[in-house]
Amino acid sequence: MNTPFFQAAWAILRKDLQTELRSRELLSSMGLFALLSIFIFSFALELDRIARQEAISGVLWVTVVFASILGLNRSLAMERDQGNLDAMLLAPINRTAIFLGKLIGNYLFALTIGLLLLPVMTVLFNMSLIQPWLLLVLVLGTLGFSTVGTLLATMTVQTRARESLLPILMLPIALPVVIAAVKASTSILNNVPMGDWIAWPQILVVVDFVYLVLCFLLFEFVIED
Amino acid sequence: MSAIGNLSSNPNQHARSGIAAWPPLLRILTLATIIAVAIGLYLGLFYSGTDIDQGQVQRLFYIHLSAFTGAFIAFCGTVLGGVQYLRTRNVQWDSIALAGAEVGLALSILNLVTGMIWARPIWNTWWTWDPRLTSAAIMCLTYAAYLMLRSGIENAEQRRRFASIYGILAITTVILTLMITRIRPDTIHPVVIGPSVQNPNAEGAFEFSERMSMTIGINSAIWSTLVPVTLMWHRVRLQNLIERVNALKAEVLNK
Repeated sequence: MNTPFFQAAWAILRKDLQTELRSRELLSSMGLFALLSIFIFSFALELDRIARQEAISGVLWVTVVFASILGLNRSLAMERDQGNLDAMLLAPINRTAIFLGKLIGNYLFALTIGLLLLPVMTVLFNMSLIQPWLLLVLVLGTLGFSTVGTLLATMTVQTRARESLLPILMLPIALPVVIAAVKASTSILNNVPMGDWIAWPQILVVVDFVYLVLCFLLFEFVIED
Repeated sequence: MSAIGNLSSNPNQHARSGIAAWPPLLRILTLATIIAVAIGLYLGLFYSGTDIDQGQVQRLFYIHLSAFTGAFIAFCGTVLGGVQYLRTRNVQWDSIALAGAEVGLALSILNLVTGMIWARPIWNTWWTWDPRLTSAAIMCLTYAAYLMLRSGIENAEQRRRFASIYGILAITTVILTLMITRIRPDTIHPVVIGPSVQNPNAEGAFEFSERMSMTIGINSAIWSTLVPVTLMWHRVRLQNLIERVNALKAEVLNK
């Protein structure tokens, strides 16, 4: 008898959250990486007041994407190393429920890093990043690349090259999400009238939806046998 | 499909007769492609007039656009091959997907290179970080990543399965490249096809004479049908031969 779909997904999610609460392995490495990345960007780009206006949303998104790649690799490598991936395949649950559980977990971690970065960058760069619309773009953008990221990371942990392959596979596919998110954030931070940028969050919604459907359909082929 | 299937069904035959074992249809196609490409080049180089503003370099455009249409068809072949492989698990479909990715990559690199040579006199730079140029370059990198993914997996069945999945996802970068001049109006790349209003930022757009439009039409028709199909067929054949050699090797080693 099959465990109901959402119950299975919830069990996987709860397991991920509980592990994380006890070890804080993922969030601490992602958070530290994100902080370092911001410092490196601010030196490398020599962000003065005017350059910041244009560049800061790029810095935000590149940092969130790279930090989430770090987290995705860890999150799926843990499943494989401890044999949990096989155990989940043996369990009488719908395969797609595994994807949903892992996706929500990875999404929450990426979103947490993004949310943490907003106040940090507000303080460090003296620009207000805590704005409702920017929050919405963050919620939509991280969802987009967490979706493709979870699918691709499940693939790459099963290959020989493992960690090094994920960024190569994921960055080009995540590009539509990142472009839309960066364009929207830049406009929001520069107080551009809403009519000029509202198309970007709309594109994000469409891209998110397409990726979600595609990845849900394709996931069962990632973890056969 | 049936003609491709025949190739592997009788392996002894082409082990003996080597290259002469090209199926008749492939021979005809290859010949037709060579002739058609030559005709296309003739039209582009001699028949269509010289552009008044841009001069001879404008003629590159006939290949530039045509190579992209060919790449697009080949990448669609990768999606089709991927979907069909996941459904039927017939290895031939995966060979088609692989052929599509390689042929498409070659054609899109041709597209980039001709574009760069054209841009040097017209835009006064080889490369600019224009949205469409960037997305076209990323499209190439995506398919390079596809090939990298394939080489990173030893288990043949898993390699085919993962490659199919990635080939399906990768089409998003091709669609992005097609649409980006519409969704990012700050591009300087001319929008040639479709009912869009000519972008005021575009640099190097040109007016078509009747002969020019005919040359474009014929060239892109050739490059979007004959060229990718012939090249992909040859690649699928090569893949079958590679697998045959591997099987023979395994047979010898196991004796």
